[in-house]
Amino acid sequence: MVNPHTPKRPDSASHTPAPPPTPPLGGAARAWLDQALAEATARTPDWEIRFTTAGRHCGHEHADSVRTLLLHTAQATPDTLARLYHQGSAAERRAVLLSLPFLLTGPEAVDLVEDALRSNDTRLIAAAVGPYAAAHLDTHSWRHAILKCLFTGVPVDHVAGMPARARGDAELARMLGDYAAERRAAGRTCPADLHRVLAMTAPTEDF
Amino acid sequence: MRIFDPHIHMTSRTTDDYQAMYDAGVRAVVEPSFWLGQPRTSPASFYDYFDSLLGWEPFRAAQYGIAHHCTLALNPKEANDPRCTPVLDALPRYLVKDNVVAVGEIGYDSMTPAEDTALATQLALAADHGLPALVHTPHRDKLAGLRRTLDVLRESPLPPELVLLDHLNETTVKEAADSGAWLGFSIYPDTKMDEDRMVALLKNHGTARVLVNSAADWGRSDPLKTRKVGDAMLAADFTDDDVDQVLWRNPVAFYGQSGRLQLDLPSHDTPATHHEGNSILRGGE
Repeated sequence: MVNPHTPKRPDSASHTPAPPPTPPLGGAARAWLDQALAEATARTPDWEIRFTTAGRHCGHEHADSVRTLLLHTAQATPDTLARLYHQGSAAERRAVLLSLPFLLTGPEAVDLVEDALRSNDTRLIAAAVGPYAAAHLDTHSWRHAILKCLFTGVPVDHVAGMPARARGDAELARMLGDYAAERRAAGRTCPADLHRVLAMTAPTEDF
Repeated sequence: MRIFDPHIHMTSRTTDDYQAMYDAGVRAVVEPSFWLGQPRTSPASFYDYFDSLLGWEPFRAAQYGIAHHCTLALNPKEANDPRCTPVLDALPRYLVKDNVVAVGEIGYDSMTPAEDTALATQLALAADHGLPALVHTPHRDKLAGLRRTLDVLRESPLPPELVLLDHLNETTVKEAADSGAWLGFSIYPDTKMDEDRMVALLKNHGTARVLVNSAADWGRSDPLKTRKVGDAMLAADFTDDDVDQVLWRNPVAFYGQSGRLQLDLPSHDTPATHHEGNSILRGGE
């Protein structure tokens, strides 16, 4: 079914944002990252191996930020991002998703976001609903992404641009209301996030 | 009792198993890639499986507080099918992944020339990638299979301390131990080893370089056999430290040689970061 809504794109998507932050690493991890960044800058073939192996060299807690920084430093193209995503572990796929708003201004990689949103892996879902999805996901898919977050327990704080896209969205409000009714009929509580999103769907009355 | 099951096929198990394993003390598992019961017909089928072992299965495990790593390989049975052997060419891009802690399961099934080639090729891949190898010994003609395996190992670039010989029993333990490799024992309800024989073997052989696993899969098997061995060891007057060595420290030492073991779960994987309804605990949509 054709959806009459067009995405409301946040102003922040109209220019490429600042590069991602450098993670606070020391010692061997710092030296490893410096070498990896040099390879990414020169785009030697080894930078992709660095992207893959970042977790064990920098620690899993820094893997997202290191991988995102490498993708940005190498100025990875949409083709490269798609290949790294499809050949990646869950952690690598997550990093590709997180990097999109830093690398692309157009919708070329929206299929990667849609792929992640078809998964049930909350790590991927949380990474998929960032600023890139806010800018480029079509309205139907975006509404289902919100519902998926509520279903899978991904906090809606991960959803970028929520107030702007949710405002005045009567169809999203209907979907949330139906979901709440289904929960109540089953004798279950509604996630607190559902009420937060529902409140955001109210039309603006200021002007 | 903290337990590391160094060989279990969680893809074939339920979330009830994960919960029961956690309750029994299991905090880490290694899932070797293997045959799925139904033969595969193309390399792409392997790649989806490998991706699952690097994506969905660790996520499932983490929901139950269990760290999940994997070993990847073309298994010996399917090494005989020419439709599947191109997997060998794709393995290098998988073996660099963070969660891959060994090449495996490799070894012999029917001891064919195709299995010779796959075993030698993948032992060399392990050496190239600084990885240990999980080498299973065949179910049929086991002692002859072990001897042929040891011959190939001696000719390979992989040193014995980077090899875990699995599915061993009373008839194969001595020659396996003499090779310098680590020694794996699979405890099953009907076949392979049982917990009482395992305790007797530990009495004779000692606990050094010994790993015990459930090898639980899609067949009749029991993911709690590791715990049952621990209980049987304690009942036979082994100490808590002996149990910890066999059920935790030995597997950590063996797979730790990869430099890739991460036994603390990333914070975004742990259940505490989600509210009651995450995608698995709720059973999906």
